[in-house]
This record gives sequence, C-alpha cells and structure tokens, in this order.
Amino acid sequence: MRVPERLGTVYRGGSGQWSWAFHRITGVTIYLFLLAHIVDTALVGFGPDLYNRVIAVYHNPIIRLMEISLALLVLFHALNGLRIIAIDFVPKLADKHKELIGVVMGLYLILAVPALYFMGRGFVRSL
Amino acid sequence: MTVPTRTRPGARSTYARPAGAGSMELWTWFFMRLSGIVLVVLVLGHFTIVHILGEGVDRVDFAFVSGRWSSPFWQTWDWTMLFLGMLHGANGMKVVIEDYVRRDGARAALKSVLYLTTFVLLLLGTLVILTFDPSKGRSAILGG
Repeated sequence: MRVPERLGTVYRGGSGQWSWAFHRITGVTIYLFLLAHIVDTALVGFGPDLYNRVIAVYHNPIIRLMEISLALLVLFHALNGLRIIAIDFVPKLADKHKELIGVVMGLYLILAVPALYFMGRGFVRSL
Repeated sequence: MTVPTRTRPGARSTYARPAGAGSMELWTWFFMRLSGIVLVVLVLGHFTIVHILGEGVDRVDFAFVSGRWSSPFWQTWDWTMLFLGMLHGANGMKVVIEDYVRRDGARAALKSVLYLTTFVLLLLGTLVILTFDPSKGRSAILGG
C-alpha cells in the first residue's frame, strides 16, 4: 500500500526534526568543504611554492570566519551523530530522546566556547 | 471503516526503500555509524591540533605539513581520515540525492559525478600522502 504523494513526508516537528534537518545541512556543507580541503592539501605534493601561495588564503580574515563556522558545524554533526548512534544501539534511549538532545546541546556549548575563544583570537590577529 | 493513511504506523512518505536492497543497505547503515565514531576522534583531533592549538592556521605552511608527514603516525591518521571522511560523506550525499532528486536521469547523473569525484579525490589524496618525500620537499612522483 502506498501513501498518497500529496501527504508528503509526515513529521511531527520538534527538536528531533530540527536536529535531523541540521544534521543534513551540516553534513552537506562539511562534505563540500572536504572536497576543497583535499585538493588544497594535495598541493603539498607539488612543492613549497605552490602550497604556500594557495594556503595563504586561509589566513584571510573572511576565510577565518568561514573556518570558525566550519568548526561549529563539524562539532554539531559529531555530537548529534553520536546521539543518533547511541539511540540506534540502545533503543531504550529513544524514550529519553528530548533529554538526549539537551545533553548534546550542553556538550556543544562546553566544547564550542573554548574553540570560539581560541579561534576568535586568531581571527583578531589576522585583522 | 478505513483507517486514515496518515496514522498508519511506519508509513512516513512515498520514499520507500526499494525491495531487495537489504544487505547493502544494512552494510552502509553500519558503516555510517562505525566510521562516524572513528571520525569524531580523527576530525575533532585534527581540528584541535591544526586549527586551534598554537597559532592555529597561522602556522600552517609547507614546512608544518612536511614535518607532520615525516611521521608515519600522522600519515596514517590523515590517510584514515581522508578515506573514512570521503566514504562517509559520499554515502551521505548519495542518501540526500536519492531523497531530493526525483528524476531518474538527473539522479543517475549526480550519482555518477559523486562516485567519480570520490574515486579521483581518494586516489589523489592517497598518492600525495603515500609518496610525499620530506627530503625532496614534494611528492616522489608528483610535481616533477
């Protein structure tokens, strides 16, 4: 039996759906950066002149803001991924899924604040 | 009396998985979780060491990478991260393409580009990490 197409995807909203959406968005963004990062790092194989010229782009203040954003995206994807894995392998945790999202957000703040502090100092230095 | 479709448990959308995709689907499901756990350690470790500690990305230049890749430990770290990251990312992109691209032709084309990109970048990254020669200051086979 097929669900009529006009119903679309039936979700009930809330933090679970938001974390699902953010997991996708952060995943795709990280993947697109990864493609560029593999190519720029591979330039190491072509000697110092080329690599140093290209990698200097990362010292630009605007790119540093993107680097900080990337850190925040990666951290979310990592912690939320661990939450998904925890529920998958310990199904009972699904009863506490909202609390688990709270744990993820708490850990996120604990780790993101020092990362922001150190990377923020680097950003200020680059101005 | 008919039960409204919307309340039928387990029926979420028309995006049903094709029948017979069982073992591969299960394997990729498991791979995503396993690689995910390893990548949390590798990527957060990489980010902390290269982008946060010291002067962060300010100190990253050819000499920095060259120094790291003279150690088999960091070569292994970076290569594992490359391999798992690319496969984890490619599989995620495959799921996203299958969810949102409904036309068969466009879907096949995007997936072909995805698989080709994955293959080429894995090959390029592997070549550079394995053949990098710190004494020559470049790859032993790339860059002339």
